[in-house]
Amino acid sequence: MSVHALRKSASSSFVFVGIGLPIEASAPAYQSHGTEGSHLTNITNTKKAFPVLAVNYEHVRKPFEIALWILLALLMKLGFHLIPRLSAVVPESCLLIVVGLLVGGLIKVIGEEPPVLDSQLFFLCLLPPIILDAGYFLPIRPFTENVGTILVFAVIGTLWNAFFMGGLLYALCQIESVGLSGVDLLACLLFGSIVSAVDPVAVLAVFEEIHINELVHILVFGESLLNDAVTVVLYNLFEEFSKVGTVTVLDVFLGVVCFFVVSLGGVLVGAIYGFLAAFTSRFTSHTRVIEPLFVFLYSYMAYLSSEMFHLSGIMALIACGVVMRPYVEANISHKSYTTIKYFLKMWSSVSETLIFIFLGVSTVAGPHAWNWTFVITTVILCLVSRVLGVIGLTFIINKFRIVKLTKKDQFIVAYGGLRGAIAFSLGYLLSNSHQMRNLFLTAIITVIFFTVFVQGMTIRPLVELLAVKKKKESKPSINEEIHTEFLDHLLTGVEGVCGHYGHYHWKEKLNRFNKTYVKRWLIAGENFKEPELIAFYRKMELKQAIMMVESGQLPSVLPSTISMQNIQPRAIPRVSKKREEEIRRILRANLQNNKQKMRSRSYSRHTLFDADEEDDVSEVRLRKTKMEMERRMSHYLTVPANRESPRPGVRRVRFESDNQVFSADSFPTVHFEQPSPPSTPDAVSLEEEVPKRPSLKADIEGPRGNASDNHQGELDYQRLARCLSDPGPNKDKEDDDPFMSC
Amino acid sequence: MGALQSLSDEPEYRELAEKTGFSFEQIGILHKRFKQLSHNEDMLRRADLDTIPDLACNPIRTQIIEAFFDKRNFHQNGDGTVEEISFEEFLVVMSHFRPPALNMTEDQREKVRREKLRFLFNMHDTDNDGTITLEEYRHVVEELLSRSGALGKETAKGIADAAMLEVASISIGHMEPDEFYEGITFEHFLKILKDIEIETKMNIRFLNMDTTTLCK
Repeated sequence: MSVHALRKSASSSFVFVGIGLPIEASAPAYQSHGTEGSHLTNITNTKKAFPVLAVNYEHVRKPFEIALWILLALLMKLGFHLIPRLSAVVPESCLLIVVGLLVGGLIKVIGEEPPVLDSQLFFLCLLPPIILDAGYFLPIRPFTENVGTILVFAVIGTLWNAFFMGGLLYALCQIESVGLSGVDLLACLLFGSIVSAVDPVAVLAVFEEIHINELVHILVFGESLLNDAVTVVLYNLFEEFSKVGTVTVLDVFLGVVCFFVVSLGGVLVGAIYGFLAAFTSRFTSHTRVIEPLFVFLYSYMAYLSSEMFHLSGIMALIACGVVMRPYVEANISHKSYTTIKYFLKMWSSVSETLIFIFLGVSTVAGPHAWNWTFVITTVILCLVSRVLGVIGLTFIINKFRIVKLTKKDQFIVAYGGLRGAIAFSLGYLLSNSHQMRNLFLTAIITVIFFTVFVQGMTIRPLVELLAVKKKKESKPSINEEIHTEFLDHLLTGVEGVCGHYGHYHWKEKLNRFNKTYVKRWLIAGENFKEPELIAFYRKMELKQAIMMVESGQLPSVLPSTISMQNIQPRAIPRVSKKREEEIRRILRANLQNNKQKMRSRSYSRHTLFDADEEDDVSEVRLRKTKMEMERRMSHYLTVPANRESPRPGVRRVRFESDNQVFSADSFPTVHFEQPSPPSTPDAVSLEEEVPKRPSLKADIEGPRGNASDNHQGELDYQRLARCLSDPGPNKDKEDDDPFMSC
Repeated sequence: MGALQSLSDEPEYRELAEKTGFSFEQIGILHKRFKQLSHNEDMLRRADLDTIPDLACNPIRTQIIEAFFDKRNFHQNGDGTVEEISFEEFLVVMSHFRPPALNMTEDQREKVRREKLRFLFNMHDTDNDGTITLEEYRHVVEELLSRSGALGKETAKGIADAAMLEVASISIGHMEPDEFYEGITFEHFLKILKDIEIETKMNIRFLNMDTTTLCK
């Protein structure tokens, strides 16, 4: 049996031919699968020796090859990051394409046919995770603030690109010397529409690494997502027309209608699935383990459903992610949230890697038809039309924007218009009847290579050179959050005074509608009443508490010795200064963590949040450190005082609820018992020393000198720890594991 | 809508335009609104602003209304509050919400930023002592959360305390335990909010305001 015959018999719709092992020995006489039945005639009659060891590669071939490819891709990725200087200069996407080229070349040398990036595989398996990841974590505020600009770039910009390029290329083909006079206008326009769309995968891959400021990032990225509708419509339109050959006004009109149907339909389908997912998540409090699956499956179904109707799948995915996120996050447990985050990042990472490698391999494989003039003109026209488009559109847009786009912004937007695998797959989908298919494919690949390599590699030094504003690495600050909300209300109010139904007015209306009607249905329990500020505060405290528990030390974001004592008005009891100093010194030595933990709010592809250093702390060490600290704290808090509760003069930070964490009625409150005139001047108000922030919820019972209290302190500590293991909105019965397991 | 201002208003408008930076058209529109709110009188009172239905469900409406009657916002170095304001003062308060021009230098932007943050600061600092004390800040947060009922009060205290701690930590860094942080001064306020690009956020579109859509 030759390799080719086997391949055919085991084939499905995949054109997925891999590096097959040359060995195809099959177990003699014991092969049970029916597909090979015709070859096995001598099954039972002759008795042979019992085969102790047999090789059956066919059995596992397809999954084996798939797994091997993925493993190869990931090992490559691993390799890049081990070479520090390389990954700083060359973006990962370029390196992966080069690897693909090498692998493709290798396969060809062996004599096999290298696999091509099959369009079905691409659109159904590789693209959705990336888009879902992007959509689920889309920063909503900058997106909605700039949605007008983004739409203008996506729709009008892409249309401009397509027609400009198609038209000029047609004009080029008319020139006799080029030798392409057979190409008609429609084919050129089709080509133009394929190659004009900015590609989200490429943009993500490159922009992730340059950390540009939020505005430009969301403009380019949003454009790459929203231009899918335009691309779909244009592509289908021109494909249909080029078969027929003529265009009527009716067709054009239908095309416009089709655009609206495709985009709005896609969004609608996505929104429906999003609401379904949100509604389902309301009831998952007893089966937390499968929560992430709902998110993934509903989103994938949204994508498939809209693809089924030829609507825009990308917009459906984005709409689904955006719609379901606020409600789902209010309902699911913390662990599920982390799972979703990790899985999405993981899948999108793998997809991206595979896409770029396959691009490289397909370049080696595909049939090529090279025509210098055509290809070079395409590349130049791409750049020119992009630049002209951006400049022209910005000129118009700036008249309507409050925050104008500067020249630097425009440059990055124009330069960041990368093309990628979507263009290639669309080109690959062209049926073979197009006589120019190979030429088009070659030109598309060249454009992709140019944009990814040249533009991708040079954008980072250019950003540095032009001193473009970078992304601010900001820690979540409660002051900023308070003032953002304050500003929202203020601006809505002033708009009301002006009598102007503006931006903020409608936003406020939407929020109110959301709160009164929608949240009631989609959020479990009583959580829907919770205002955003409180939710934010809770999340921040939770993060800090988890950090403290896991690292065994108190986090101090800002190395300072300021405590509640410094803010509260006077009448605080005093201990002898010397004693206080001593105590503080000891505590500080144990508790203060001087590392500034910088956490950026956005989620980059490579790190989730820097508390991945939890890997460093082993369980045993953690437990020991904790006990040690606890012991020392209790030991030194031995100052005699009148033990009565409520203790006057001592400010205590109490943890309100133990096991029932964060159910809506009893979310953690911070009690500050105001000191009445101190009757126990010796009482050490040491609790302030321990939590750097008043919100640290450790019921560390203060000045008690006996062993039982020591124990009590430990117990409380453990209770705290257990509570933080899985603070879902409702009591989690199944999460009785001690915190160690999280 | 025809001519938005009669010729007799021209010199007045010019002066106002120079003072506040609005264009003639914008001033005309705002004047119309002012007249509508004040029932065609020359002076605007608190009661007039209270009747705006849009403000009814705004959690910080008292502060917003107060801001209009706060002398500190009139750029005349006065302080205290007044009972009624003229159109000029109305316009000056509104000018805090104008977007910065495109070709501003860094210094000018800084000036605009300070001005807007000063407006916010004045809204919080109700007793005009130059600092936002803990009590005042607590009040701010309570107002923001005033919709959530009884839960709000406790958390508001906690949030305000955490916020105050953050300001103190960022601005001062190191304090002895018996030192007392008096309150947020304007400089500290600038510091903690320097990452919110206030000059791009605190703006209202005064263009394209069609007077026919002015809500009652």
